Amino acid sequence: MSASPATPTATTGTLAGWLPKLRTEGLPLVPIGILVVLAFLAIFAELIAPYNPEIGSLSQRFKPPAWVAGGSTEYLLGTDHIGRDVLSRLIFGARVSMVVGFMAVFIAGVVGSTLGILSGYLGGWVDQVIMRVTDTWLALPGLTFAIFLAAIVGPSEWNIVIILGSVYWTRYARVIRGEVLSLRERDFVRLAIVAGCSKWTIMRRHLLPNVANTAIVLATLMLGVVVVSEAALSFLGVGVPPPKPAWGLMLADGKKGLMAGYWWLTVFPGVCIVLLVLAANLLGDWLRVKFDPQLRQL
Amino acid sequence: MRRFVLRRAAYAALSLFLLSVTIFLFVRVTGDPTVLLVEPGASKADLEALRTDLGLDRSLLVQYGTFMRDLARGDFGRSFYYRTPVLELYVSRLPNSLFLAAAAMVFSLLIGIPSGIMAAVRVGGWWDRVGKIFALLGLSMPSFWVGLLLILFFSVYLGWLPSSGSGTVLHVLMPAFALGWYFAAAHMRLARSSMLEVLGSEYVKLARLKGLPEARVITKHAFKNALIPVLTLAGINLVLMVNVAFVVETVFAWPGIGRLLYEGIAFRDFPVVQATVLLGGSMIVVVNLVIDLLYAVIDPRIRYER
Repeated sequence: MSASPATPTATTGTLAGWLPKLRTEGLPLVPIGILVVLAFLAIFAELIAPYNPEIGSLSQRFKPPAWVAGGSTEYLLGTDHIGRDVLSRLIFGARVSMVVGFMAVFIAGVVGSTLGILSGYLGGWVDQVIMRVTDTWLALPGLTFAIFLAAIVGPSEWNIVIILGSVYWTRYARVIRGEVLSLRERDFVRLAIVAGCSKWTIMRRHLLPNVANTAIVLATLMLGVVVVSEAALSFLGVGVPPPKPAWGLMLADGKKGLMAGYWWLTVFPGVCIVLLVLAANLLGDWLRVKFDPQLRQL
Repeated sequence: MRRFVLRRAAYAALSLFLLSVTIFLFVRVTGDPTVLLVEPGASKADLEALRTDLGLDRSLLVQYGTFMRDLARGDFGRSFYYRTPVLELYVSRLPNSLFLAAAAMVFSLLIGIPSGIMAAVRVGGWWDRVGKIFALLGLSMPSFWVGLLLILFFSVYLGWLPSSGSGTVLHVLMPAFALGWYFAAAHMRLARSSMLEVLGSEYVKLARLKGLPEARVITKHAFKNALIPVLTLAGINLVLMVNVAFVVETVFAWPGIGRLLYEGIAFRDFPVVQATVLLGGSMIVVVNLVIDLLYAVIDPRIRYER
């Protein structure tokens, strides 16, 4: 911490030193670090995880973590009720959470932003229809709705993506519509109309790029909500189906050993969920302040 | 103003109507409930008889018509599974849900308001920093995991509190804390920001100019006014708590409305699901309507917006 601004060489070795062109001032390194590590684990899970996450040996059931009496370094974070390695399941679980999280947020973003732009720019009956549907959607708490859809289409990883995507688009639609309502009165949109641009062109070329920032900020904040929802659905048994290693599912399995005091089955998956959600929320807050001061109220 | 009220009320009614259609169709897509209701090995004729008995053999339109006609008379139908009127089931579970929500609200306000106010009084102080971390954790920790940790600590490790069920005050402590935890963070954020706004206002400056001691300015003048938005949000959140509690209810085997709905979905008990979703949806729609109208009363600009 002794490096002064007068000695730029002191920054080599930090992220700022490696990326001199990027503005790294105030960059939230902690959440970015967490996300990078989790993404790394998710991508290279096969290479990093010491065991197969779906196969255990019954002779090794309920082994505690290595540093607890009775634990061994063979299973660093212990084993679950059918002898599967907790660490390996956590590593593969990162993949499930990140794939489901990012895909669901992406689908929600595309649907919500499209409807928001259409609703805000076209107005009239289109606006009425979209907003009334949004109201109806909002009358059901998101998770209740998701459980419903899960009961209809059956649990699978990709169904969960679609379900969460189709539950959480409403917030995008509302916020983006509000943004478009003010953008459409701006000069560049009026000039585009005078220049003879079609409504389609105006929405695609002039409005979409201007709401992109807002959409990205919302997406980051929604990532946390979606990850928690996926975990809750899996915990209730209507999310990612077993034996897939999802963190929520691990918590559900961990409940079997809860009263016997097998705390590692409950603590570790939860810590992973919190880390991912915390990182998303921190990054989202930072982006919000950085990109879009108007959104601070959100 | 009158036109505004009428239009908003019409919108609310329209969303409830759309919700009733949506939920009516959705439950019927989940599958055939009769398969889950009969003994294994029942004959085809038995199944048909049961379908006729439950009114499932008629066309969707007729079924919806009957559903709406009964609804207009305040009749939500009979549960396929329990064979009792759904409204009775709902009313028998409602006190549990309300009790849990009220206890959770007390927790969230007891934690949220004092910590938010203290954070606002000394912005950037150590309490403000601790509060920020707390608020972030509150919004990032899933309530059901908080519940599991509580069980681990208070039931398994210390053995002080029962891990599931209901009946005594001891039973409600952990589920209420798990449920209130998330809302405590939200209430704290709002208490902090509204206190900051009040502290910057003219009448607080005047109170200070009068020479009142700072403690008195805060407790007597600022605190009360800063409380208004927090209590408004708390009112909204109370309705939300009743309707989002079911994951926590599942963790603690708490017999509330959430579990009724969850069991209803699992058993394809159409009347139960329709009733719980519609009643919950009505609560949310009505609260949203009231908020819209209150805002319009406070801020005339909203009334003239299209």
